[in-house]
Amino acid sequence: MASTAAAALAGRLAPPALSSRPAGAATAPLCPVGAARRAARRSTAGRVMAVATPPVKQAAAAKGGKAAAVTKEEAHAIYSDMVLGREFEEMCAQMYYRGKMFGFVHLYSGQEAVSTGVIKACLRKDDFICSTYRDHVHALSKGVSARKVMAELFGKKTGCCRGQGGSMHMFDREHGLLGGYAFIGEGIPVGLGAAFQIAYNQRVLGSEQDDRVSVNFFGDGTCNVGQFYESLNMATLYKLPCIFVVENNKWAIGMNHPRATAPSSVADNEPWIYKKGPAFGMPGVHVDGMDVLKVREVAMEAVARARRGEGPTLIECETYRFRGHSLADPDELRKKEEKDHYFARDPIPQFAKYMLSNGLATEEEIKELEKRVQEEVEDCVEFADQSPKPDMSQLLENVFADPKGFGIGPDGRYRYEQPGFTAGTAEVS
Amino acid sequence: MAATVGSSIAVQRAQPAVGCSAGRAAIAPAAPLRRPAAAVRAAQRSLVVSAAQKREMMMWEALREGLDEEMERDPTVCLMGEDVGHYGGSYKVSNGLYKKYGEMRLLDTPICENGFMGMGVGAAMTGLRPIVEGMNMGFLLLAFNQISNNCGMLHYTSGGQFKVPMVIRGPGGVGRQLGAEHSQRLESYFQSIPGVQLVACSTVANAKALLKSAIRSDNPIIFFEHVLLYNVKGEVHPGDYCQCLERAEVVREGTDVSIFCYSRMRYVVMQAVAELEKQGYNPEVVDLISLKPFDMETISKSIKKTRKAIIVEECMKTGGIGASLSAVIHESLFNELDHEVLRLSSQDVPTSYAYELEAATIVQPEKVVQAVHKVCGARGLVSA
Repeated sequence: MASTAAAALAGRLAPPALSSRPAGAATAPLCPVGAARRAARRSTAGRVMAVATPPVKQAAAAKGGKAAAVTKEEAHAIYSDMVLGREFEEMCAQMYYRGKMFGFVHLYSGQEAVSTGVIKACLRKDDFICSTYRDHVHALSKGVSARKVMAELFGKKTGCCRGQGGSMHMFDREHGLLGGYAFIGEGIPVGLGAAFQIAYNQRVLGSEQDDRVSVNFFGDGTCNVGQFYESLNMATLYKLPCIFVVENNKWAIGMNHPRATAPSSVADNEPWIYKKGPAFGMPGVHVDGMDVLKVREVAMEAVARARRGEGPTLIECETYRFRGHSLADPDELRKKEEKDHYFARDPIPQFAKYMLSNGLATEEEIKELEKRVQEEVEDCVEFADQSPKPDMSQLLENVFADPKGFGIGPDGRYRYEQPGFTAGTAEVS
Repeated sequence: MAATVGSSIAVQRAQPAVGCSAGRAAIAPAAPLRRPAAAVRAAQRSLVVSAAQKREMMMWEALREGLDEEMERDPTVCLMGEDVGHYGGSYKVSNGLYKKYGEMRLLDTPICENGFMGMGVGAAMTGLRPIVEGMNMGFLLLAFNQISNNCGMLHYTSGGQFKVPMVIRGPGGVGRQLGAEHSQRLESYFQSIPGVQLVACSTVANAKALLKSAIRSDNPIIFFEHVLLYNVKGEVHPGDYCQCLERAEVVREGTDVSIFCYSRMRYVVMQAVAELEKQGYNPEVVDLISLKPFDMETISKSIKKTRKAIIVEECMKTGGIGASLSAVIHESLFNELDHEVLRLSSQDVPTSYAYELEAATIVQPEKVVQAVHKVCGARGLVSA
């Protein structure tokens, strides 16, 4: 795997120099078994995919690693998941302009390869993910039903958070979705905490077989928030099964990445984020985030590392959002040339072509997958539309897990025992 | 660090708070300790309380004992913070516990309050019961993002899917010439956060009992200890006693005036009460314990009896706990009052390093005495 990756790199732009430390020093001492495999991994752990990649077909053929091969079923699942993400988000735009959802809505269109390549292709139901406000598609890839996500966006009681969270706060206990956070960076320690719980389960509570992982998703702007660095440090320090996935779409609202972030090393001019990994004792990998198979390959490696107990990885995905920062963003600063460059690298037609040329799907099968997604999206809109709004009982119900937290009223009863509590009319302070 | 509030509070015999059930069972004051030497040695060897009698110890030891008992009882309970492991805690609350429970359960964190507070949130959401210690409460200003957005609001925002059974604890309050930044009262900043409970311990007995309850609670509890109270001596309740987090403590029953206080101000008030008793006053003293939510049953019962209220707090005047309590009392008990509520709070001034200036910014016993005179009128005796 190491030699083919090197061959693949040879024909591209020379990657910037990585950490000057020897390859073996990047990771903590490991058990002696599998030393050769580890050596191979270390040499690829810091590999870089060049920024401007050749067409998918060539790259896939050049790679040749075992992760490159997908089965037909996997390919269909991958394609469906990406199409679902795209169709769902485009439907959100429509619904927003029709007055069905409000507030700040941040769409993911264009970045599907990351969500699908990491979550759909590599994670299990019992793994955790933690996102930012651009979380609809992460939720869908993790398995949260489109109905519950759309109902949440419509502010209905059938939403995954009973209408109390909204677009920026998707949570789903069953599928391990830990949020949905409006303040970028504040979700990263939460995802890290889930990884801590996994390590605690292994090391304290005796479940040594527990190999779940926790994956954080966030953008380029987040990589200047202090909590990001605090979390990188603790992830390595405690050797936690936490993976950090940076969706570098080059823009934080109107701040172009190089205007907000200094070059990552004295030796180069680029604000690489993946280079911050080795600075915190973990591998940093850069990958073409418009190519779902490349993302999948890198993610599989990172997830396998974490499951083996070897600690965290930082993955920087070069990706792009086709729409503005949110539906309120006029998106006037991004140049047409840049947008056109990335439209041409749209992950969905890219992967459709890949499936067709590799015999993984026929035109009819692709149309059928798209049709099913279309139906699913229409169904979830209808479901959300028909769903009832939250009752007033929800006003006070979930403020505390234990409603004694509202305290004791003048009459000696706990306030939650007052009759108006379930109607949302009780005086609670 | 010894308490500077005078010798009268060396051993607290305050009337203990009752449990939250409907009946009010009085707890008899403990008899002086007399045990055979062998039993004393056995008790000293054992870290976990199993004795049926009350025992005297310092507050830091009582907190440690409560922590130890809860960690023994529930393996998902863990403590994280700076120097809580090897160092045993800056005020020794976790002294030696890492040897018993290991370094994952007594997690020494790097200096990154917002980061490890958030890590505690994530751990709590996914099944653990973390206690996060701020080496000084003031440092938790750095963790305000996580405390407000995630500890407080996440259960609601997730539609009730994730609970955050955390205890956030640490020493706060004005110490002895620690300077402005180490002398902060964060209860006033945190009180508006929806979804958290604020509890302030004040005696050895309630420190251990409240901490045990806080750890067992499914709500996020911000647990205020005071820098100057760690060496206060007193007796802990026997056995597995857990004190209700939502109830105030009536420290001294009286008829003239209700004095509401919490944390170290309890001792300042009781010092003033010693003087007031000589002058013929009969004040009722109520230790709030629960800074949010207020125990309105105890508070309104007291005010209906005395018809006068004074609030003594260490918070700043602006936006303090007293500001909230005063508003609530005026709104809900206006016709029960003969006098407007007096608030004795710290000056809206950063705490000075110099001793005299520091003493002038916080409430001293003389001020409490004067406030009682003002509210109750002179009693014909020579005033202090």
